[in-house]
Amino acid sequence: MLPFQLKIHNLSKTYGELLVWNQLNLTLDSGQIYCLMGSSGIGKTTLFRILLGLEQPDSGSFSLEPPPGCKLTAVFQEDRLCEAFTPIDNVFLTAGSVLTRRQITDELSRLLPRKSLTRPIYTLSGGMKRRVAIARALLTPSCGILMDEPFTGLDEQTRHLVIDYVKEKADGRLLVVATHQEEDKKALGGILLCPFAETVHASETAPFGLC
Amino acid sequence: MSSSPRIRKIGIFLFWIAVWQIAALLIDNSIVFVGPYPVLRAFCALLPTPGFWLSVGRSLGKITLGFLVAFICGLATGSLAYHFVLLREFLEPIIRLMKSVPVASFVILALIGIGSANLAVFISFLVVFPILYVNTIAGLENTDQKLLEMARVFSIAPAGRIRCIYLPALLPYLTSGCRIALGMSWKSGIAAEVIGVPSHTIGENLYMAKIYLSTAELLAWTIVIILVSALFEKLFLFLLEKGVRICFRFS
Repeated sequence: MLPFQLKIHNLSKTYGELLVWNQLNLTLDSGQIYCLMGSSGIGKTTLFRILLGLEQPDSGSFSLEPPPGCKLTAVFQEDRLCEAFTPIDNVFLTAGSVLTRRQITDELSRLLPRKSLTRPIYTLSGGMKRRVAIARALLTPSCGILMDEPFTGLDEQTRHLVIDYVKEKADGRLLVVATHQEEDKKALGGILLCPFAETVHASETAPFGLC
Repeated sequence: MSSSPRIRKIGIFLFWIAVWQIAALLIDNSIVFVGPYPVLRAFCALLPTPGFWLSVGRSLGKITLGFLVAFICGLATGSLAYHFVLLREFLEPIIRLMKSVPVASFVILALIGIGSANLAVFISFLVVFPILYVNTIAGLENTDQKLLEMARVFSIAPAGRIRCIYLPALLPYLTSGCRIALGMSWKSGIAAEVIGVPSHTIGENLYMAKIYLSTAELLAWTIVIILVSALFEKLFLFLLEKGVRICFRFS
């Protein structure tokens, strides 16, 4: 994949009276892992929704450059899986154009017990569902993945397994991970991003200001 | 432990049969009220006659035909109306009309228009269509918006969306709609036959039992209607479930 940049330019968003953020400027490079940190309710999810095209900003714009017709996928805050279907089916639904069921099974069995792969999602535990959602986002062709608190509900050991898997599969793509955990950022080797704090106004000169 | 509720059920069933028998003994009039034994005898007398099977087959065939056509049309129209609000508004008065006009009025109107031969098909259709239509829209409206957003983000093709998002949302509504509609179509179809009296149908037999004041036969046919209705419902819901399972399976 050719290197590219995600440029966010003067993005502003309000909900009624509530200002989520004003004049946000960011430039993110592909091949990097960014960790979006900060307390709840500062607009991390809203930023993701705008970048995914699910919501409109009040003003400003963003662009993927150069645009190779690529798109962003996501791990949502909720799992958003098709409950009646198996993990394999769920991944096949989005990645079926590039991967066979065999390949998907092999990939998933790196994160989940093999037995769980042919059971409907609703029979799986919360942590298992989370891993399916993460695998789906990573295995689907895209040029960037936005992950909204992807590691919630995972125990220490699985967390490390999943983080290693994420790093391996990121493969030159742009990764933005919203998280509360300092350890996650360390384990991912991510670049800290807190565009919503006091650094907002200084963001043009120091795009990824320190929190 | 598991047998005790069953024994209780059988006990309760026998109790009410006994109440029925006592009531019949007290009233002691075979036209106004008959006991369980004459009804059972009439029922057993019906079973070996070819006319019985012909009547059951005809009524069942016509009502099922009406039901299936209404099922497909209700599902298709409901889906279209969910997508095209204008169509939905356009159909609104018709659906309201279908739901509020008494079946008897439809029967008589239809009797004039299409005659008695296919009356039950038409009536069963009229009763089932609005139920399926309304339930289809309700099910689709209940579709998880978050999953639809996910489908947008992951560019899932329409066929995949239908199978993995819309269909599972629709299924509970479809099942409960069918459960109501199956019973209704069967009952109103028979009622239509009683009014229209098409030959060799359950409705005709009921009508004849009434003419001859044969209460035992009337009740025997009623038992037939209940039994066939229950079997019909079980079979259809089983097939629906099977059909959906096939849809839920990939490759």
